[in-house]
Amino acid sequence: MSDILKNTIEKKRYAVDEQGYYGQFGGAYIPEMLYPNVEELRENYLQIIETDEFQNEFRKLLKDYVGRPTPLFHAQRLSEKYNTKIYLKREDLCHTGAHKVNNTIGQIILAKKLGKNKIIAETGAGQHGVATATVCALMGLECIVYMGKVDMARQKPNVERMRILGAEVVPATCGSQTLKDATNEAMRHWINNPLDTHYIIGSVVGPHPYPDMVTRFQSVISEEIRLQLEQEEGRQLPDHVIACVGGGSNAAGAFYHFLDDEAVNLIAVEAAGKGVDSGESAATTALGKAGVLHGSKTLLMQTEDGQVIEPYSISAGLDYPGIGPMHAHLFETGRVKFENASDEEAMQAGVELSRLEGIIPAIESAHALAALDKVKFAPNDVVVVNLSGRGDKDLDTYIKWGKY
Amino acid sequence: MNTKTSNRINELFESNGREVLSVYYTAGFPELNDTLRIAQYLEEAGADIIEIGMPFSDPVADGPTIQESNKKALDNGMSVRLLFDQLAELREKISIPVILMGYINPVLQFGINKFCSECERCGVDGLIIPDLPMAEYLALYKNIFAEHGLKNVFLITPQTSESRIRLIDEHTDGFIYMVSSASVTGAKDLFGEQQRKYFERIQSMQLKNPLLIGFGISNHETFKVASSYSNGAIIGSAFIKLLQTATDLKAQIKQFVKDIKA
Ligand SMILES: Cc1ncc(COP(=O)(O)O)c(C=O)c1O
Repeated sequence: MSDILKNTIEKKRYAVDEQGYYGQFGGAYIPEMLYPNVEELRENYLQIIETDEFQNEFRKLLKDYVGRPTPLFHAQRLSEKYNTKIYLKREDLCHTGAHKVNNTIGQIILAKKLGKNKIIAETGAGQHGVATATVCALMGLECIVYMGKVDMARQKPNVERMRILGAEVVPATCGSQTLKDATNEAMRHWINNPLDTHYIIGSVVGPHPYPDMVTRFQSVISEEIRLQLEQEEGRQLPDHVIACVGGGSNAAGAFYHFLDDEAVNLIAVEAAGKGVDSGESAATTALGKAGVLHGSKTLLMQTEDGQVIEPYSISAGLDYPGIGPMHAHLFETGRVKFENASDEEAMQAGVELSRLEGIIPAIESAHALAALDKVKFAPNDVVVVNLSGRGDKDLDTYIKWGKY
Repeated sequence: MNTKTSNRINELFESNGREVLSVYYTAGFPELNDTLRIAQYLEEAGADIIEIGMPFSDPVADGPTIQESNKKALDNGMSVRLLFDQLAELREKISIPVILMGYINPVLQFGINKFCSECERCGVDGLIIPDLPMAEYLALYKNIFAEHGLKNVFLITPQTSESRIRLIDEHTDGFIYMVSSASVTGAKDLFGEQQRKYFERIQSMQLKNPLLIGFGISNHETFKVASSYSNGAIIGSAFIKLLQTATDLKAQIKQFVKDIKA
């Protein structure tokens, strides 16, 4: 474990407490049928992931298989446009095309140590599904991925990638047929198969210990940013870090090692869909209030009667009515500032990056880029945008949008 | 603390601890205003406990049948507020124990204190909230429930450890809901060898609370077998399936209960 990782894990201001809470958010609101599975994880995850054996295997795979460290790229033309100094953290260059694989590598090693031989996952954009199918192929474990039927249609290439990798993709046909419903189905599968199956949740959501566990695996992003900035700028701390938030895993990873450095301005960007007040949005902090979904208490888009509202975003990966409990706490305490970007703003930002830097971003990541227009920067500021994924999977959406 | 110690649930098990039939259905289903009338038909037909489900958009512990009844009820316009309106005359019509079952989020949004007061006002006897964790219950809810005379019913499964079952037994005094297998809700035709072993194991623990077996009870045979290891059984999905197609609720519910109990 690097010194940075050790040091900042010791700092605790925003860390999860013993009961699995971040302030008032978090916990493990699960039916008894899931209790033994989740309890087994809770009892073992820290012990396992803090061993040298685990860390060595994890680090080696991140390096040789995922291709880490991912570059921190000084985007000069983009910087000129916004009159500040912008770096892109290139998670899009990870094997499989997004940050999601950092987490699946960690969880698959953990699953093996727990003696599980079957893996299930939910997926929205398909990036987490692909990342899960990939590590299952790598380790020779059986893999079932639940995916909303609507998402299967808008992310077809990823569905076929999962199938090529040997995973079974099961459509979730209830509700809005998107990420939330895929998560419900995965949880039901886990209830029905409690002994031999590990559920690889793809974001910092779900019952404790998932939010903390996934955050730890993704925290390699901010660990690298610090080291890379030291090399580039002679200082570890940027002035701003910007990341998009669906459930919040890439943002959690990009923020984690800066949480206690209050001078660093952390900015999370949610999907406003057709506009925050349009009734078709996924901007959880703007529209949600405290509630319980998928095993944790968090901010949630819901009716007055506590029914979960179907979210909407052009980006399948951000089309989720909640956010991870850590983010809910970071929002409530004001440590992280929340912005949002509409479909249109994100698409424009995606094309802008393509034209200025020769990088076609995932539409999720394009939401983070769209915030460059919403935040005031000084010319000397160092801004890091977490480019969580590449746009290959989104070509259909770019084509349909058509304004390029 | 002002706790009422005994209510209709306790009285039922004290007077008749055998072959208790508890029937689950979803409030506001099949039609919005069927809630109270189905309860009446069930009591008339000879059911011993009524479990009224509060629909939720994301019922993760439920199989396809109850997912669908939840969705239909919500589409019909069902809500917690409306449920309490529908149950305002519950105790003028129904004398057997009534339990509300539902996920925690709608209860939290309604407000836990207000929710419990409304339960008491309507004459509700107990609650089953599958995603309310034990630790939260003990820390935040137990006293409130008790003040309003509400019994909290915990679930146990084949994977629940003995020590946890003992803990649950200690903290409840209504009954324990024994989930028949590792599964979401849904009707099945019979029990396997493994399930019988699990029933025997729990039976031999000699818990202080009565046990009702639920999940997968669908007919007379599964009801009888379940009752032979416990104080009775809970039927949900099989009853919802009847409601989906019933043309004469009163007559068909009567027949349904008669066939189960036979
Ligand atoms: C490229 C990319 N970025 C971001 C996300 C959103 O997830 P999270 O908020 O957990 O980072 C996804 C999810 O599919 C994704 O594929």
